[in-house]
Amino acid sequence: MGFEFGAVLVFAIVAVGFAFGGITLSRLIGPRIPNAEKSTIYECGERPVGAAWFNFNPRFYLVALVFVIFEVDIALTFPVVAVYRRWTEAGPSVAWVALFELALFVAILVAGLAWVWAHGDLAWVKELGGNPAPGQGETPAAAGTKKAA
Amino acid sequence: MPTKRTASKISPRTVVLVTLAVGLGLPGALFAAILLLSPLTKPAVIDALVGRVLGVDPATWPWTGLAEGVAVGILAFILVNFGAIVSGMTVWWEMRVSSRMQSRVGYNRAGAAGFFQWIADAVKLLFKEDLIPADADQILFRSAPYFVMAGFALAFVVLPFGESLIAADLNVGVFYLIAVTALVVVGILLAGWSSNSKWALFGGMRSAAQVISYEIPAGVAVMVPILMSGTLSMQGIVRAQGAWPWQWNVFTNPASTVAFAIFFISQLAEGNRTPFDLPEAESELVAGYLSEYSGFRFALYFLVEFGNLWVMAAVATTLFLGGWQVPFVGPEAYAAARGAELIPGAAWWGLEALSMVVMVLKTLVVLNLIVWVRWTLPRIRIDQMMNLCWKYLVPWAFASFLFTLLWQLAVAGTPALATVSGIALTAATALLLVLFLRQTRANLVAMGDRVDLTNW
Repeated sequence: MGFEFGAVLVFAIVAVGFAFGGITLSRLIGPRIPNAEKSTIYECGERPVGAAWFNFNPRFYLVALVFVIFEVDIALTFPVVAVYRRWTEAGPSVAWVALFELALFVAILVAGLAWVWAHGDLAWVKELGGNPAPGQGETPAAAGTKKAA
Repeated sequence: MPTKRTASKISPRTVVLVTLAVGLGLPGALFAAILLLSPLTKPAVIDALVGRVLGVDPATWPWTGLAEGVAVGILAFILVNFGAIVSGMTVWWEMRVSSRMQSRVGYNRAGAAGFFQWIADAVKLLFKEDLIPADADQILFRSAPYFVMAGFALAFVVLPFGESLIAADLNVGVFYLIAVTALVVVGILLAGWSSNSKWALFGGMRSAAQVISYEIPAGVAVMVPILMSGTLSMQGIVRAQGAWPWQWNVFTNPASTVAFAIFFISQLAEGNRTPFDLPEAESELVAGYLSEYSGFRFALYFLVEFGNLWVMAAVATTLFLGGWQVPFVGPEAYAAARGAELIPGAAWWGLEALSMVVMVLKTLVVLNLIVWVRWTLPRIRIDQMMNLCWKYLVPWAFASFLFTLLWQLAVAGTPALATVSGIALTAATALLLVLFLRQTRANLVAMGDRVDLTNW
């Protein structure tokens, strides 16, 4: 056990060392000609307008919350999944208990997914506040069909 | 004084020979090193060597742990270099395949069939100036490539190459793999945010949305082979399968075939591969999170992106496609050839090499499939990408998970079920393969095209 996780540590050290060695070598043999233009942020050849650290709608925090719940539940399911086969081989009574447990777990997750889905939280493009103005807040697919029609 | 270019003096024959020597010798040497070092860097062997060579008791000698660590470090160094070189060769293969698919010439200058192009690119990137934008977050910008590299290299700890060829067979193998590959996302998100560039920020955000969403179907699909094998260890999952296709996890359970498809698609998305390469969609985001990187830091991201193809293919092979299992060679054969010696005999090394060949061939087939997918499908839109994940893959993954629960109960009662399913699905796959080849031939004939391999 100690050896196996020691190996993980050694791999991490070697990986960081590989990256560090390469970057250091590159800095040693590469040119270094500093230039104010060169060290600006790329914005299609224009001078950058403001910083990139501003508030914008990542359209993502609800998906991120759903992800956290699902991922934690999956992490908690792994131990039961790993022993499930042993339980099914131990006998039908134990197997049904394991099946019921895992099915209940999945049922809770699926109910959560159905709720989030019905609530519209999985939609990447959302319609906010009832009737959106034409051309705004409608999905690209809907806009496409309208144009085609 | 103008000197005559020496390159023109080298005959084409020599170029082909040198290319072949490097193209086969470099991976060959690395595979040989992995084959030799993987079994020899285990604590039992190192302890015995310490006892014999130094004449000290390894149990009480204070430096035993250090000796074991150094041994693993050598193996780690070989594996990281293997990842880097396999990544470069994948770039070359991808460029050759894509140029054929798009009827253009492709790499053909450096070496025969342009094989040395990836080496030339690596050297070029090494000689580039290491630019760090003045307005970027200096510490995060500099540290992001290390996260990506660590996430990539740590996956190699549990990647099996053969029957005993694995750096460390962790008992939580698959779970560990899911955990460490998530480090790559951390690096990408850090790169996107710290660059202080709008393109990089959007690329990083998209990547985060995509990669963590697809962790869910991938995580659930991975549970299917675990349910069937009853272990999280990578080697344990391979040992639970047989060598023939009808004994592979992908075929012995109908739901597992679905899980394999879900896992494959999710891996494409997690590796930012087309049709899911939105984070670096060059037509809209310049280069996404990579926009501000140059020189060797940029090279590291590319190394990881293409090296991950090998990791994806090897994991898919291990979980679903029977891993390194060699036909007619069971666990008894390995045990018999192993003997009780500290360093086993030639027969055992031969068997190990055979299992490695099987594993590598399967991995290359899956890797080639990933390359084909990239040059066949167009990029999908971001809302389609999220819909595909949450509204199709996640429900199907849960369905196949529930089906497998019942299937395992049924198989525990009547083990013949797994064999029936395996043979039926293998036959169906073989039929599909035949139809695919016939269609390919029909297309070639209809287009008046011919299979032309002369320009290789």
